[in-house]
Amino acid sequence: MNKSRGILLLLLAVSTFSALMNPDFLTPYNLQNIIRWTSLFGILSIGVAFVIITGGIDLSIGSLVGLVGCLLPMLLIDRDMGAAGALGTVLAVSLLVGLAHGLLVTRLRLQPFVVTLCGLLLYRGYARYLTADQTQGFGTGFQELKQLATGKPVTLAVLAAAAGAAILIRILVRRIRRRTEADSPGTKTRWLGAAAGALLVLAGAAVRFGDIQPLSRILIPAPFLIMIVLALLAGLFLNHTIYGRYLLALGRNREAARYSGIDTDRMVILAYVICSLMAGIGGILFALDINSIQPSGHGNFYELYAIAAAVLGGCSLRGGEGSILGVVLGAAVMRVLYNAINLLGIPTQLEFAIIGGVILAGVAGDELVRKVVARRQS
Amino acid sequence: MTAPVLEARKISKRFPGALALDRANLKVNAGEVLALVGENGAGKSTLVKILAGEEVQDSGQVLMDGSPVQMGSVQTASGLGVNLIHQELNLSDNLDVTANIFLGREPHRFGCLNHRRLEQAASPILDRIGLGCPPSTKVSRLSMGQRQLVEIARALAARSRVLIMDEPTSSLSQGETRNLFRNVREIRAEGAAVIYISHRLGEVKELADRVLVLRDGVNAGELAKEEIDHDRMVRLMVGRDISGYYGQVPGQQGPVRLEVRDLQTLEHPGHPLDLEVGAGEIVGLAGLLGAGRSALLGALFGTAPALSGGVRIDGSPARISSPIEGIRNGIALVPEDRKLQGLILRMGVEENVSLASLRHHRLRGGFINRRLHRRQTAGMISRLGIRTPGADTTAEHLSGGNQQKVVLAKWLSLKPRVLLLDEPTRGIDVGSKQEIYHLIEALSKEGTAILFASSEMEEILRLSRRVVVMHEGRISGELSRDDLTEEAVARLATSAEEAA
Repeated sequence: MNKSRGILLLLLAVSTFSALMNPDFLTPYNLQNIIRWTSLFGILSIGVAFVIITGGIDLSIGSLVGLVGCLLPMLLIDRDMGAAGALGTVLAVSLLVGLAHGLLVTRLRLQPFVVTLCGLLLYRGYARYLTADQTQGFGTGFQELKQLATGKPVTLAVLAAAAGAAILIRILVRRIRRRTEADSPGTKTRWLGAAAGALLVLAGAAVRFGDIQPLSRILIPAPFLIMIVLALLAGLFLNHTIYGRYLLALGRNREAARYSGIDTDRMVILAYVICSLMAGIGGILFALDINSIQPSGHGNFYELYAIAAAVLGGCSLRGGEGSILGVVLGAAVMRVLYNAINLLGIPTQLEFAIIGGVILAGVAGDELVRKVVARRQS
Repeated sequence: MTAPVLEARKISKRFPGALALDRANLKVNAGEVLALVGENGAGKSTLVKILAGEEVQDSGQVLMDGSPVQMGSVQTASGLGVNLIHQELNLSDNLDVTANIFLGREPHRFGCLNHRRLEQAASPILDRIGLGCPPSTKVSRLSMGQRQLVEIARALAARSRVLIMDEPTSSLSQGETRNLFRNVREIRAEGAAVIYISHRLGEVKELADRVLVLRDGVNAGELAKEEIDHDRMVRLMVGRDISGYYGQVPGQQGPVRLEVRDLQTLEHPGHPLDLEVGAGEIVGLAGLLGAGRSALLGALFGTAPALSGGVRIDGSPARISSPIEGIRNGIALVPEDRKLQGLILRMGVEENVSLASLRHHRLRGGFINRRLHRRQTAGMISRLGIRTPGADTTAEHLSGGNQQKVVLAKWLSLKPRVLLLDEPTRGIDVGSKQEIYHLIEALSKEGTAILFASSEMEEILRLSRRVVVMHEGRISGELSRDDLTEEAVARLATSAEEAA
């Protein structure tokens, strides 16, 4: 949590600034949009975080999103496949792509940058060839499938109440399980957590039943729920399983990890597989959401957005560092910035320059704060 | 009496969480070798770094020829004639010897290097230090000893008045050490001052004109040339008497636990090796640098798999082609390079201690058994006497001795049947060395077969029940405890040269 405090502050600052400059920022429609895009890019960012933690990089994400986006409608419409078969096939393709990256990086000792740069060109080129550069889409059909990307199954109020309840249950379970352990979190933290949980439940209930406008009209897009589930799984994997520990260890010192009996090659391959699978899942949702996929442009630069979000969220390109929460918040910062540029009437030509400037300021500011803190402590 | 060429007065330096130096004083005269000794964390390295401009003191003064100077940066110090040679050396591997000697001081015209002038300037220096290879050799192809000499050449080229060496011999063979000492004596004879940090008290006795002992950042005492002896230095370093600094006879030998037949390593193919280590036996592996000791240990553990040959553990054959299989067969290796191979420096003590045994104790679904590892780590911290603020302190903040104990703890938590150690106490202070020796002996009493490689003769003599000596990839001989003398080991370690 501490690691992600900086990026949380940046998110709040950028959001507050945008809201003050243009109240339209807070309309339910706009917030829903930001949440939906954050979720889609967040999924890609979580994936690339695993590769970055091993000290690698994946530049092929955007092209894979493009390829998946072209394949899915082709399989569904031209090949007349069922939804499950089509989704399974594109995910299998993604998995194989990740496996190939991992094998090339570990067995042939090729540099990740080179391998995935070639991937970037390969998958884009293949997608364009496959579709003869014709725009792909699902038309008006497949409404049920599209719900995955465009559905809004719950309101913010219900989600907040559910999150609050989850926090309360977690605290309760910990209390029952670790009553005898001296090292459980301090009483203060526990009470703060309990208070926050209760507040969320109450606020959610108030909004839901008191029908407080416009809050009660904010619906949560389905991709957000998918992203939350994936983020929870990723966080659990990274922080609580031996495999996550292995990844963090080998990202910091691959030689020492190998000397400790860790199969470093297999773990690196796993990281690339996770990354490409997440890109595949993201690719499915992007395609369903956009419904008009241009083979030459769909997904362009997405790998860079994902990498930027991961770096903003505390991943070090040197490897060994990263938190899933930070990465998701990083993705949110990117989307809020993008949104703010549109809302504030800033010329869109400046878009890249502003996003680049803010990321640079954020990363540099983080480093400066860390140095000042280190000096204070001495 | 003339003023000392370099003097430090009441130098204090605080690092996050520790006072590294507390009003420490140091003087060194022209034409003198001053040995700086002390346990790890005593502040030796910090003090010389301040003298060489790599760190800036919080308070106190540095004087040259009696007048105060502000070191501030390495360039300033070097300009004043003070040069520090690091333990880990600071050479650019991809450049040749000449380029390294003049790095940062290249004679040039309009930014263009003058190669002929460089070579001309380098050759007399290289002749003098006895490097034994052409100046156009890439540094990456030199041995550690030769690299040390290149560093010295660099200091000579810079016309050093004060040459500071931080543990120059920790990775040198005996021959290389002798050559280094010859060079140090010549530098002294020419009137330069030398400050020499070492943990090897035998060398200090041989080389130093005066000894300055630091303990916990303060001056613990000074010994003049005629006062230098081993026990006095140790007493000043640790502030108490260490009884039994020289060994008891190590434990008894049980049935054969590790059996090696016709093993050929990658590094020295064509030299099949045979070796046996009994349960509870401590076998020392002696030899010069590059004799193939590390290659043998690496082949047994699986980090550098053997080309051919058989290994048996407790009589049953073991095929070991990776550390994973080494561990599965009950073998553990404490590697030569603690920071690169032994530890994840940016991880906590507990994360390091548990790293090898995580898999063994995992919960269903691959989850980490945190409670078990917390208990295990606490147990190891007290059993090995690891001095650390807590179990989550990052390993990089521990002293060398405590880092090495963390590496040992990692392997002990797997209860290995065979423990291999490569230079187990390199760069470690006297107190921790003793603790590690006691631990190794305790493990052997429990029946662990122990095979350790060491370049420190004292260590070989102190610990070994039996010594296997290697030379150029071969096992050149074996010495039982009764035949074990320094001369016998040295003879075997250089044997093939005599035969040739």
